[in-house]
Amino acid sequence: MLFFRERPRISLLLLAILLAVLPFLTSGLLGNSWVRLLDFVLLYILLAIGLNLVVGYAGLLDLGYIAFYALGAYFYAWLASPHFGLHLPFWIILPLGTLFAAAFGFILGAPTLRLRGDYLAIVTLGFGEIIRIFMNNLNAPVNLTNGPQGMDLIDPISFGGFAFSGTHTFLDIKVPAIHLYYYLFLAFTLLAILVAYRLQDSRIGRAWAAIREDEVAAAATGINTRNIKLLAFAMGATFGGLAGGLFASFQGFISPESFNLFESIMILCMIVLGGMGHIPGVILGAVLLTILPEALRYIGDLQRAWLGEVIVDPSDLRMLLFGIALVLMMLFRPAGLWPSRQRKRELTAEGEIAAHEQESLHDAQR
Amino acid sequence: MDIFTQQIINGLVLGSIYALVALGYTMVYGILELINFAHGEVTMMGAMVALAVMGAILGVAPNMPGILVVVSGALLAIPACMLLGFAIERVAYRPLRHAPRLAPLITAIGVSIILQNVAMLVWGRQYIPFPEILPKSTFTVFGAHITGLQIFIIVLSALVMSGLWWLVQRTRLGRAMRACAQSREVASLMGVNVNKVISLTFVIGSALAAIAGLMVSAYYGLAHYYMGFMLGLKAFSAAVLGGIGNIAGAMLGGLLLGVIEALGAGYIGDITGGFLGSHYQDVFAFFVLIAVLVFRPSGLLGERVATRA
Amino acid sequence: MRIKIPNLYFFMLVLLAVLTACSKKDSDDGITVVRIGSVSPLTGAQTHIGKDNENGARLAVDEINAQGLTLGGKPVQLELLSEDDAADPKTATLVAQKLVDNSVVAVVGHLNSGTSIPASKIYSDNGVPQVSPSATAVKYTAQGYKTAFRVMANDAQQGAVLGQYAVTKLNAKRVALIDDRSAYGQGLADEVEKAVIAAGGQIVDRQYTSDKATDFAAILTAIKGKSPDLVFYGGMDPQAGPMARQMKSLGLNAQLLGADGMQNINFLKLAGIDAENAIASSPGLTLDVMPGGITFKQNFNARYGDIEVYAPYAYDAVQVIVAAMKRADSFEPAKILAELPKTDYAGVTGQIKFDAKGDILNGAVTLYQVKNGAWVALETIK
Repeated sequence: MLFFRERPRISLLLLAILLAVLPFLTSGLLGNSWVRLLDFVLLYILLAIGLNLVVGYAGLLDLGYIAFYALGAYFYAWLASPHFGLHLPFWIILPLGTLFAAAFGFILGAPTLRLRGDYLAIVTLGFGEIIRIFMNNLNAPVNLTNGPQGMDLIDPISFGGFAFSGTHTFLDIKVPAIHLYYYLFLAFTLLAILVAYRLQDSRIGRAWAAIREDEVAAAATGINTRNIKLLAFAMGATFGGLAGGLFASFQGFISPESFNLFESIMILCMIVLGGMGHIPGVILGAVLLTILPEALRYIGDLQRAWLGEVIVDPSDLRMLLFGIALVLMMLFRPAGLWPSRQRKRELTAEGEIAAHEQESLHDAQR
Repeated sequence: MDIFTQQIINGLVLGSIYALVALGYTMVYGILELINFAHGEVTMMGAMVALAVMGAILGVAPNMPGILVVVSGALLAIPACMLLGFAIERVAYRPLRHAPRLAPLITAIGVSIILQNVAMLVWGRQYIPFPEILPKSTFTVFGAHITGLQIFIIVLSALVMSGLWWLVQRTRLGRAMRACAQSREVASLMGVNVNKVISLTFVIGSALAAIAGLMVSAYYGLAHYYMGFMLGLKAFSAAVLGGIGNIAGAMLGGLLLGVIEALGAGYIGDITGGFLGSHYQDVFAFFVLIAVLVFRPSGLLGERVATRA
Repeated sequence: MRIKIPNLYFFMLVLLAVLTACSKKDSDDGITVVRIGSVSPLTGAQTHIGKDNENGARLAVDEINAQGLTLGGKPVQLELLSEDDAADPKTATLVAQKLVDNSVVAVVGHLNSGTSIPASKIYSDNGVPQVSPSATAVKYTAQGYKTAFRVMANDAQQGAVLGQYAVTKLNAKRVALIDDRSAYGQGLADEVEKAVIAAGGQIVDRQYTSDKATDFAAILTAIKGKSPDLVFYGGMDPQAGPMARQMKSLGLNAQLLGADGMQNINFLKLAGIDAENAIASSPGLTLDVMPGGITFKQNFNARYGDIEVYAPYAYDAVQVIVAAMKRADSFEPAKILAELPKTDYAGVTGQIKFDAKGDILNGAVTLYQVKNGAWVALETIK
């Protein structure tokens, strides 16, 4: 590891090359389904980074984040499918879609400003469910969403006449659409990472941190807590809306069942598992939680290889192992797998004393 | 009018069940400020264990009186759930008491997933029918139908809740619980064994969950490894509506949520002229919840503490 | 703006290692192994019917292997690759891609319309025939994909029969509808509504629930206020069972009518004595009438216990695919695809022929009623 630590430029270059060839490497080694999974990994990284702005930076527990993903997806479908006969290009829809989601971020944020902690959690959860229920039922009296049947034949992303569908050939290299989506999603994800880092070090980011640590003190130092909280919700929603639009174009079909509460919880798990407020940790969490359920499919094959037969059905064990992994991870690394240095110090420094301090602080707050 | 009476009865029965489950959430929250997401799954386990026991008994003695069979199911399910609640707290929550706030939330979700899948492995994927051994009787009150089981559910819930109220307000253990809820540190200085109190809170909450689980499966005639999730969510909403951490609040929130849901499903279509229908039942419930919280941010009976983090 | 590059790089390496560790396996023992995919939810709330579909398909594959299959003069062994889509559209596309990567020649699935539709795009792109045993949304075959088939009457076909039957045969003038807001329940209830009105009946109320609900007291009470002759429920047995019970305890004495999601043994178990007289339809003919139907039932019961819902359709889906293979004398997807539209197969669920879209042609619908705690066939409508 020392080699890379001493040569950051080379490492960055190697990383860039690795990211560039990853889809070809993956499809060669493992098949296209894993490239498709990589695409989903990138989408979930986008979502996790967005939620991290709200939960990790501003400390507002949001259990309805998937609603913004849904709004972005439906917005894309409305403007690029036979449903209303509109087929606008993606570079118009995606910015509008993120604004649309951001507007809903404000709407959600407004009534929740006075709520704290778990009350906020349940209200945001309710908001997420309300959006899903509306999407599921707005096929009558006016058919906006096609209800539970979902919206299909959504246009793929296309640049001019070049559509992200089927397989294209460049310089004798076959490039399926999922590879193209990979690069598109990668570009957006890198942009999102950049934005998230810049935000963290900005005045807004510091204001979020101040609210997270102590809202009363933050207000006393002259931070407009109302605006800053609304901004957190709106910014978070932007990322969700963008990811939703990309998801709709990628899948070509969306239906309300993709946007259920469990998805919100999964995204929350990603950032908590990885290390809240710490971008590399959040990315790690998103990668692990997206890949883990798929990788666990292979326990059936492993059993066949080692024991000669499938004793326990892998589909029975998949979610069980996932649950156990969540618990164990939290028990042994409660700050997440890859916490920020500051968090780590808070948690480990002089163990007992810090814990007591933390607790008396906690009690004093009540 | 009889339709309206019927809807109120429907709501009260549903609300009693919500309230009973909500108590478990609210007790744990009151002391630990932790959303015990796995509580819904403990309810499910209660139903499953009770059904398994009842099935076994009926296999041996098919002519045993129905009520006796159900009671013996309950007598095994309750301690099983108590043990489960104790174990969950020891394994998943206690080591994380000083961890960041969200860590125990994630273990709670993890425990939920584990319990669901264990139940699926043990009892299978099918919906398990509740044996038809309880006598069926229907009464008519003001033109509305109410079954013996429904009356029993309402009465039992009321009894359990008053018992809990008595326990918390009038006993030594209750005083220790209230002390821990106010400040664990000071309570321990006053000679309260905080760990023991917390364990007991989980054990009592789980016993209530077992009773609720058995009642749910008897009332709806089925049990399923997935049944705890939605029930838990609704009950948790009820606890928040009433003011989480407050026992009377959980009862009020549960009953209110039940009645709101029933009236919402029953009348929303007529009120809006068919524009919105009973598919917006949950929207209606969540909307009321949000409205209440906007005006009373700590729930109906919650303490009015401005800086409750 | 400090990214710790070494750590990130290290983690990418770990990721790659993980990826390679689970790389795919190869299998060959002299006999050509031909893979058929089966997809259904094997986790989540619909697990029990998902497993049922898988079992139906597996029974067919095992029987065909036991008889021996020869294609192009070579012995061929079928292998069923069963995957879990968790009833989730996103997972469905991942699984579809995985099956395509594992070069399956055809796919039996998916169980739900909501998963079959997004997956159908991937199968279509890769030319893999897809025969769904149980996706009934009209849209599934209406997208214009040449690879999408189904062996069950769609919502429009079944809904039309049910609505007509309710008004003309059951003499229901005032009909109330309930659906579970799933793609299946809502699609079916919409079609029943049209058919009831077309036959001269009146829709007095329409109520909604969810596919996770257990409490229907409120909506049933509202329906009771409209005093209907008949209540149609579009949804599955876990809701229909308690619904039948709650109708009785509320004193709502209308006829309960349902569709294939309810016409199964679970409904009988869950509703208990309150199931009596309920009527439900099922696409196709009764197992007892069809050649091989009774043998299928016996074999299935011996291996997996009771049939949940759609296992016979999954069984037929495999048989239809293999029949197409035999006619093509090949297991190449393109050749199977060319033969599938010509299907004319006597399956355990009825005579299977496809129309131009891939829907089942002139699918019969059989109506059943609960009598003395068992489903009894009333009549078959063609």
